Amino acid sequence: MTGYRPRDWTQQPPALAPAYKSTRLRAPSAPLVQMPQASVPLSSPVFGQRDLEPLDHDLLQNHAQEGAPIGERILLFGRVMDQDGRAVPGTLIEIWQANAGGRYRHRNDTYLAPLDPNFGGCGRTLSDAEGGYAFHTLRPGPYPWPNSDNSWRPAHIHVSIMGSGLPQRLITQLYFEGDPLVALCPIVQAIPDKDAIDRLVARLDLEAATPFDCLAYRFDIVLRGRRATVFENKPEGM
Amino acid sequence: MTKTPLPETASQTAGPYVHIGLAPEIAGLQTPLPALGAEIADVDVPGLRITLEGRIFDGGGTPVTDAMIELWQADTDGRFAGADACTPGFRGWGRSATDFETGLWQFQTIKPGRVGDQAPHIALWIVARGINIGLHTRAYFQDESEANASDPVLLSLTPERAATLITQQTSKATYRFDIHLQGPQETVFFDL
Repeated sequence: MTGYRPRDWTQQPPALAPAYKSTRLRAPSAPLVQMPQASVPLSSPVFGQRDLEPLDHDLLQNHAQEGAPIGERILLFGRVMDQDGRAVPGTLIEIWQANAGGRYRHRNDTYLAPLDPNFGGCGRTLSDAEGGYAFHTLRPGPYPWPNSDNSWRPAHIHVSIMGSGLPQRLITQLYFEGDPLVALCPIVQAIPDKDAIDRLVARLDLEAATPFDCLAYRFDIVLRGRRATVFENKPEGM
Repeated sequence: MTKTPLPETASQTAGPYVHIGLAPEIAGLQTPLPALGAEIADVDVPGLRITLEGRIFDGGGTPVTDAMIELWQADTDGRFAGADACTPGFRGWGRSATDFETGLWQFQTIKPGRVGDQAPHIALWIVARGINIGLHTRAYFQDESEANASDPVLLSLTPERAATLITQQTSKATYRFDIHLQGPQETVFFDL
C-alpha cells in the first residue's frame, strides 16, 4: 500500500505567525501528531459535471445582473499536478475573491468600497484530464484589514483544491506579479521560504491573453505526491 | 532513478470570507451555485442517522464564529466514497460553517463503520482566519469504547490526549465534539 510523501514543512507557513495577529489564539501549541500511515484514508469524494452549472467557472458572467462587472478582465488558468508532475484530473477547484474595488460580497465585510451589482466573487470548476483548469474573472483590488493601524492585503484570489485524498486537500491564495503589497503582508510573509512565496505569484502570460478581451495569468498548483514503496523498486516476485 | 519532487504549493489562510467560495448561501450571496457538501448520505443510504455537532474554541476560550469545517468519513460498512463497492448515494464528505453568533457547527450524517482495524470515526478538517494551514483531527464515538480501545491512532496517544478526540453522546443519535485550538484542553491535530 502506498501513502503520500511526507509534507515538507519548510514550504509551509507555521501555525503561529505573531505578525499575523489572528494566529496568536488560533495556532495549536502542541506539535502535530504524525498519523500512522496505514490509518490515512487514500480516497476522496467524487465530483462530476452534474455538480456544476455551466457558468460556475466564469465570474464575469455568473453573477451578472444588467451587464459585465467593472475591473481588469482576466483569464486565470494553470495545471494541478502532484509532486511528481503527474496531472491531478477531475478535482474540484473553487475560488473566491473581492471585486475590483477590494470589497467582498459577504455579510461581514463593511469596507467602504462599493459592491458591484454584477460581481459575486465565487466560482468553481473541475480540472480536465491533464489537470488543466481555467476561470474567467477580474483582478481583485487590495483592501485594508484590521491587523494593525494600516494593514493592506495585496490583491489575491483564494483557491481551494479538493485533491485525490485528504492529505492533498489544500486552500491557498494566489497573488499577482509586481504587487508591492506582497512583500508587506504578514499572511504571505508567514511562509518562511522565499521561493515558496514566489510560487504563489500568478504570472502574466501574454500569449494566453485573448486580444481585445482579457489578459491571462498562469497559476500552477502542486499537491502532495505519492510515496514510492520499497516494493516498486524490485521486480515482481523478488 | 530518483527525481527531486516538486515542492508542494504553500497553504494560506482561508480568511474570514471563506463562505463566499465554499458556502455562498451562508455569506448571504444570491447565487445559482448549488451548495456542495450539504448531502453526505442520501436518504436511502443504509446506516444509523446521527447529528455530529460542536463548537471550536480559541486559546482564550472564545467560540470561533468564522470557521469552515469539512467532514470525511466511511459508510456504515467502513468503505470510503470513491472506493469500489461503496454505497451509491454516499458521498462521505460534507461542509459546515460555524454559526456567526453561536459558533455551532453541525452535520447530519450516518454513523460510520469500522475501517480495517480502526474504530468508527469521522475525519474533520478545519480552516479559518488565523489558521495558516488546515487542521486535521478526528471524532471518535463515546459508545464505541471497545473498538476505541484497540484503535491504532488512539493508541498512539496518551490517554489524556486521546480523550480530546472522543465525542460526548448528548442524546441517542446526537454526538457533541468541541474542538479546542489551543491551551490545556487542546484537541489533537494530525500531520497526515
